[in-house]
Amino acid sequence: MEEIVRLEDIWVHIDGKVVLEAVNLSIKQHDFLGIIGPNGGGKTTLLKVILGLITPSRGRITVFGRPPEECRRFVGYVPQNCLFDHEFPVSVLDVVLMGRLGRLKPPRRYSEEDMKIAYDALEAVKMLEYRDRPIGRLSGGQQKRVFIARALVTSPKLLLLDEPMANVDSHMQKELYELFEELRGQMAIVLVSHDISAVSIYVTKIACLNRRLYYHDTKEILKEELEATYQCPVDIIAHGVPHRVLRAHD
Amino acid sequence: MIGILQYEFMRNAFIVALLASVACGIVGVYVVVKRIVFISGGIAHAAFGGIGLGYFLGLDPVMCVIPFSIVSALGMGVVSRKTRIPEDTAIGILWATGMAFGIILVALTPGYFYGPDLFEYLFGNILTVTYSDLILTLILDVVIIVVVALYNHEFEAISFDEEYATAIGLPAERLYLLLLCLVALTVVALIRVVGVILVIALLTLPPAISRLFSTRMRDMITRSIAISATVSIAGLLLAYATNLPSGATIVMLSAGVFMLTYISIRIHARGTPV
Repeated sequence: MEEIVRLEDIWVHIDGKVVLEAVNLSIKQHDFLGIIGPNGGGKTTLLKVILGLITPSRGRITVFGRPPEECRRFVGYVPQNCLFDHEFPVSVLDVVLMGRLGRLKPPRRYSEEDMKIAYDALEAVKMLEYRDRPIGRLSGGQQKRVFIARALVTSPKLLLLDEPMANVDSHMQKELYELFEELRGQMAIVLVSHDISAVSIYVTKIACLNRRLYYHDTKEILKEELEATYQCPVDIIAHGVPHRVLRAHD
Repeated sequence: MIGILQYEFMRNAFIVALLASVACGIVGVYVVVKRIVFISGGIAHAAFGGIGLGYFLGLDPVMCVIPFSIVSALGMGVVSRKTRIPEDTAIGILWATGMAFGIILVALTPGYFYGPDLFEYLFGNILTVTYSDLILTLILDVVIIVVVALYNHEFEAISFDEEYATAIGLPAERLYLLLLCLVALTVVALIRVVGVILVIALLTLPPAISRLFSTRMRDMITRSIAISATVSIAGLLLAYATNLPSGATIVMLSAGVFMLTYISIRIHARGTPV
């Protein structure tokens, strides 16, 4: 299968502190990779390295076989932080259309096709009826869904989701997971979360990150690795046979 | 009051005030939503270096301000982003250095130190604008309108979330520097109206008022132009009637309008946090 992202021995230092240590990772077409780990474990940094927003101090990274800055057109991104300026004068539809900007050549004018794509994306995250609302008037979970729509309109080949389920209610989470499951046919998906239970049955591979990345190219993780990641004893809660994420333990 | 329009200097003053409102109405919106008020204040004050340069070289100060403020805007943008100096420290340093440079050059120019016309550049005197100032302001408006018409989506995107704009492949840093250049041009357009020290008031107050009842950027821009034009004309008339300095009168009037609008909106939306 086609390899989309390849990280070899990636080290990242921020203000003299090691944030990522010797990270190796390969993401292939149709992967749905869940990355879990504690807050401050480097999950957001890892996504930003893949986006080329952070340059590693050591190691080699390629996205679609090229340097990450050259491939941003093919990558959809849902950032972790919601909007901090709640008075920003912009409508939901305008925010989603921003996702199209990177694909257009100057002078960038939105076409009818862009509009249609934006409407479809809003429909997919069940936010179409809010399209004319100012983004700041929405709840945190609704904003997240708008940002997911904004990532989808880029028609990405790789979708990077940083805590996409934060503040999203559980019913909507299920719908979003089903949406991602559907999208997996067209793109590789990386979902980052500090919440183990959030990375549920839908992911096809799972990795633990706390400076170091524990990763086996499978959907299972070892209790010891979870404990190394979280630096504390971990109770393994498996969801039964059809929902199993974690290997059965004694 | 209509009688005052028979004087050419008053006509010029009104026209320049209206033209400057277009520039500050548009660019001010980005200054406010992108939260670059402090760097814009720095660009405005550093522009005084360009005025000093004009005096020293015996050229038209306003013509020297254009290249000087563009260079200082780019300088501040690059230094605050690319060096390890914290952004506000870098702005503070360049803000004062630009002004000090201007003061030294004026002092080195025989016969000009603390001359009355220098005061006009600091605090503005719209009643002394000439026909060529009028043409210059018109040209600056056209440049600003063309650039914003071409890049308004990009400017909106980098104002909303610059990191995301970079992540989708927009040249966010270059767009930011372009925006700072527009701020520099707006400063030039406003120097005659309110002077370098008060420029930041017209770059922030009309957009801040407009923002109180705008939920989209486009509406915020058109309203901000209208508000800026209204307070400038009203301020000019008030200054004429009371014989007070025009720039300061316009600023005080804008601040009053902002406070009244803010308070009345808050009273209507009682219960929500201030």
